[in-house]
Amino acid sequence: MSGSEGSKTMSASVPKIRLRGVSKSFGDKKVLDGIDLDIETGTSMVVIGGSGSGKSVLIKCILGLIEPDSGTIEIDGKNILTQDRAEREAMRSRIGMLFQNGALFDSLTVWENVAFGLLAQNKCTRAEARPRADTVLAAVGLDATVGDLSPAELSGGMQKRVGLARAIAAQPEILFFDEPTTGLDPIMGAVIDGLIVDCVKKLGSTAIAITHDMLSAQRIGDRAAMLYKGAIVWQGAADTLLNSGNAMVDQFTHGRREGPIQMELRR
Amino acid sequence: MAACSCAPSLRSANFSLPVVALTAIFTGMVLALQSSTGLSRFSADSAVASLVVLSVTRELGPVLAGLMVAGRVGASIAAEIGTMRVTDQIDALSTLSTNPMKYLVAPRLLAGLIAVPLLVVVADILGVLGGFIIATAKLGFSAESYLNNTLTFMQTEDVISGLAKAAVFGVLITLMGCYQGYNSKGGAQGVGAATTSAVVAASVLILAFDYVLTELFFSR
Ligand SMILES: Nc1ncnc2c1ncn2[C@@H]1O[C@H](COP(=O)(O)OP(=O)(O)OP(=O)(O)O)[C@@H](O)[C@H]1O
Ligand SMILES: [Mg+2]
Repeated sequence: MSGSEGSKTMSASVPKIRLRGVSKSFGDKKVLDGIDLDIETGTSMVVIGGSGSGKSVLIKCILGLIEPDSGTIEIDGKNILTQDRAEREAMRSRIGMLFQNGALFDSLTVWENVAFGLLAQNKCTRAEARPRADTVLAAVGLDATVGDLSPAELSGGMQKRVGLARAIAAQPEILFFDEPTTGLDPIMGAVIDGLIVDCVKKLGSTAIAITHDMLSAQRIGDRAAMLYKGAIVWQGAADTLLNSGNAMVDQFTHGRREGPIQMELRR
Repeated sequence: MAACSCAPSLRSANFSLPVVALTAIFTGMVLALQSSTGLSRFSADSAVASLVVLSVTRELGPVLAGLMVAGRVGASIAAEIGTMRVTDQIDALSTLSTNPMKYLVAPRLLAGLIAVPLLVVVADILGVLGGFIIATAKLGFSAESYLNNTLTFMQTEDVISGLAKAAVFGVLITLMGCYQGYNSKGGAQGVGAATTSAVVAASVLILAFDYVLTELFFSR
């Protein structure tokens, strides 16, 4: 049993992303309740947790899309919550995000979606955009003809891959993946996992991935954390997920109905 | 920018043309008919031509076109931006180094500012034409004298004030559509509610601003 740490104090180096006491309520519903989390530069953190436990909200807080009620969120040692708009926008341009439901722009074609960030950041000219989009699409297993379709014409899994392509196109330093492999067949899931690992390794990116897929969690993650009732109840190395020694994690990763976690099934 | 996002709103303004045209022509016809029955008692036949052209250019052209466009373009803007909101597309914009406000609102505002006055030019012409048709075909006016009367009574400032109103209405419509869409939440139902609110708010604002602008232009 190697699991239950949390005592492993971080060295002098500043973690890429550092959360302290992050809380967020919607109405009287407390979704995040004092989250503490460190993610070291160049590593990837997998976040697991029940449906509705606030994983997506957590990522959106770090992105600055949702304002937490309290706490600090630091990226490279700078608290993003006290930054002004310009600084925040500069910070966001270093982050790529794959949204849970794709969030593709349905008024644009697939390749325009993929090239969107590149064009917005003036990282390439309009003439270069198409070939670059095709390259990234190829990396996620989609051929160039897909580029001319509109997102509505794609299957759910293809939309997910386009969302992934859009997130990684500008080669950001920080990558967030909200359920990257949900809705994909197992083989494509493995391909996408490989791609994520490649990105993190090649770009030296720091990543947070939310997933319900334990196989995928172990493939993508260096470390893993479990969110339950608004708090991080466990974190450790991702390859210890299945034998963490933590009763809650065990119940979750093995999908047992009995255990410390009671699903709220009322109503 | 990856693409011009004003294209859809311009397109829907273009689709508003038939609706606005029909509204204008029937309004002109009704005005001629109503005013002839009311006014002939006081003789002045030139009054029909003047009443039609003044009501259409000053008031009914911009107001009716504004209300029609609010129902079409305002609703479609709210639905489009509302859908983008509830499907996280607006969040996605900000993660892709794009200010959603600027990207979504600015081009639509511009489109509204330009398209509604253009529609009102058409409405003015067709409104007068509607009056002309009834006046000559039904009320027995001579075409020549009706047109002469129309031109005599129509002042540049009537037309200009109407177009200025139209520009303001265009801005109100797009702003309401964008605002309601941008702040919509709660899935398809939320988008539906946003669409309704956008149309209602724009319509009420159009009527209120019509009064304010009339006060501004004409009460000296
Ligand atoms: N904008 C919002 N307004 C109100 N409540 C919200 C909002 N966003 C999220 N919530 C609530 O916060 C809770 C956590 O939502 P979140 O989307 O983070 O769940 P999740 O952990 O990502 O779940 P899943 O695995 O199903 O995606 C949910 O109960 C949800 O109802
Ligand atoms: Mg989620």
